[in-house]
Amino acid sequence: MSDATSQLTTADGRPLKAALATAQARARRKAFFLVAPLLLFVLITFILPIGQMLTRSLYHDGFSAVTPNLGQWFAANPEGTEPDEAAFAALAADLAKMKADKTAGEAGTRMNYTVPGTRSLFTSTARGADKLQPPFKEALLAEDKKWGDPIIWASMRAASSPWTTDFYLIATDRQRTADGGIEKVPENERIYLWLFGKTFVLSGLITFICLLLAFPIAHLLATLPMAKANLLMILVLLPFWTSLLVRTTSWIVLLQGQGVVNNILVSLGIVGDDGRLAMIYNQTGTIIVMTHILLPFMVLPLYSVMRTIKPTYARAARSLGATSWTTFRRIYLPLTLPGIGAGALLVFILAVGYYITPALVGGADGQLISNLIQFHMSKSNWSLAAALSGMLLAGVLVLYWLYDRLIGIDKLKLG
Amino acid sequence: MQEHLPQHGENGVTTAARNDGFVVFDRVQKSYDGVSLVVKDLNLSIGKGEFLTMLGPSGSGKTTCLMMLAGFETATNGEIRLDGRNINLVPPHKRGIGMVFQNYALFPHMTVGENLAFPLEVRGMGKDEREAKIKRALDMVQMGAFANRRPAQLSGGQQQRIALARALVFDPALVLMDEPLGALDKQLREHMQFEIKHLHESLGITVVYVTHDQGEALTMSDRVAVFNDGKIQQLAPPADLYERPDNSFVAQFIGENNKLPGTIEELSGDKALVRLATGELIDATPVNVTSKGQQTLVSIRPERVEFKPEMMPPGAHMIDATVLEVIYMGDILRVRLRVAGADDFVMKMRNTLGQTKLTPGQNIKIGWHPADARALDLN
Repeated sequence: MSDATSQLTTADGRPLKAALATAQARARRKAFFLVAPLLLFVLITFILPIGQMLTRSLYHDGFSAVTPNLGQWFAANPEGTEPDEAAFAALAADLAKMKADKTAGEAGTRMNYTVPGTRSLFTSTARGADKLQPPFKEALLAEDKKWGDPIIWASMRAASSPWTTDFYLIATDRQRTADGGIEKVPENERIYLWLFGKTFVLSGLITFICLLLAFPIAHLLATLPMAKANLLMILVLLPFWTSLLVRTTSWIVLLQGQGVVNNILVSLGIVGDDGRLAMIYNQTGTIIVMTHILLPFMVLPLYSVMRTIKPTYARAARSLGATSWTTFRRIYLPLTLPGIGAGALLVFILAVGYYITPALVGGADGQLISNLIQFHMSKSNWSLAAALSGMLLAGVLVLYWLYDRLIGIDKLKLG
Repeated sequence: MQEHLPQHGENGVTTAARNDGFVVFDRVQKSYDGVSLVVKDLNLSIGKGEFLTMLGPSGSGKTTCLMMLAGFETATNGEIRLDGRNINLVPPHKRGIGMVFQNYALFPHMTVGENLAFPLEVRGMGKDEREAKIKRALDMVQMGAFANRRPAQLSGGQQQRIALARALVFDPALVLMDEPLGALDKQLREHMQFEIKHLHESLGITVVYVTHDQGEALTMSDRVAVFNDGKIQQLAPPADLYERPDNSFVAQFIGENNKLPGTIEELSGDKALVRLATGELIDATPVNVTSKGQQTLVSIRPERVEFKPEMMPPGAHMIDATVLEVIYMGDILRVRLRVAGADDFVMKMRNTLGQTKLTPGQNIKIGWHPADARALDLN
């Protein structure tokens, strides 16, 4: 069968497949040139930065570039080897070169990421490195006892290669042990995983509140007569046309201690003047404001799905004997599932990466992982910021995959 | 519709003879805006096991009536009774009425089997009984092999059968159908008409069927209620409706129809002589004309027009006509004539061997049996 089809030829004897390819090549070329600008744009503004970010999360040559001798020793001696005189000699040589090139700070900073407090070890030792005399082991230990610490050596080994998973270890609250193993950092130093967890839980909560609020609105929009629905739609879209900053600050006006809501509550006697509610600059503020800002992203996909659900489905279910609750549960809700999925996915992904709102109204306990990423970027620890972003990206991709498995990405409708 | 219908007795039992139907609309009115009535004083009694069709143009109120019966619209005034019980306040899911919708309304997220199981599940039926009923219902519409398909995988005709099976699977005594065949092509539609009719006969169910297709109404129904302007214009078996329309709306709406306006010249019992505007005299049967000199519209079916004097009853009047056009349609020939100054008079001739050939421009004389020409109100 397949033989017969592959041997089909055109009237003048050319293979049919080749003839078809030639005939379509022109159209395909034309199509490619049409999409080329967009392709280029996406490549330059999206794929390349993400690629660079992911590379940075795994690549840092701040230490390895200035320690060629140590690098050779680490390469020649397997992991777990006690640092011998040769190792200390290599270290001394590298430190001397750091002094000459003024690169001790860079190397120290890189080491400082994995073993906090080691930057000064490098800068101070490098200052007198050109005067060190053999035996180097004793000389260096005399400079600073810390040079004998196996943790330092394990970390230097890890940093001696520019390609490193160190930043992912930090981002998952882990560190290297002296014998090259990996352990969790002490409990009081664990922040990242906890913050990831909090970010995901808060985003989930915000998504859920958005769904609860958006479902009736979208239903109303989908069932109202066109003129009224359009008016309501403008109200839903109004936040979109207002600056994010304006929206966030107006929430501050409403929710702060001396704000509109508290003043009303006090004047109604619901709360006392000394018991004004703390609704802003904390987690509550983050939840309220982010829910408001992300609500349209839930309403629109829900609306676009609900608009296509014909009212006869509900009528059919009712005529078949279903109560209104059963009709909602078994017919209407399953039919809106693609909209719920699309809206939830959209709101959740946006919430997980949200930065401005928690920064403005989150106070101390309303900060999310993106605020920490921003913090590390401002401290020029690009690799850790990239590793955290990479994990966030991975989390979002997992969600996307889950959505595809459960609902199907082809059902994604965004208005 | 003018007679006064009696009110309820003390214990809710009505005394009117007409009200013993299985489904009764008793002085039902419906308004959506509080300004105009969509359904005006509807009185209708449908017998058990009857196939009743509500026929009418869109906006005539027929679908509103069906929706009130199904429970999706509430009557503004009046009472709807099902099997003697007032169902005005009964919610749709407690009425136990099967319904087939215009676009089938099969639940797209369920398989055919799940669609059919739905009405049984909400009635709390056990699994074994459910499966037996689903199988029976699917076999009934010859769709037994399709239980695991999704509605989207079925053709329009197949979806139609499933919708029918779903409306019947829980054994309702009354089934409503809202233009169920509207989306099918002509051939399939005609086929399904017979199937629905046969199901109705074999199951003994009562069917209320809504359509705007007069052919469908005539083929399937025991009785047809012709709706226009929120009122039933005529309620009659198909043959009566076609051959003896009560008014000019029904005459025009059902089948093709020639109209000749004129004045009543003579009126005696079941015979009338009508003088056309151009002076000719024609025979007619008076239907809703009462006095001499009254304006009337005479309605004649194209297939009842004769042009051979030997086919006419003795003493019948014949009038002059000019052949304008002869259209060959296979089984019949459609001849357009100029009669009494108008260009749209149509005569249908059977295409038989040796049929007289007519050519455009030819002058002939036409006539008809007085019973076939009905003098109606001037509407």
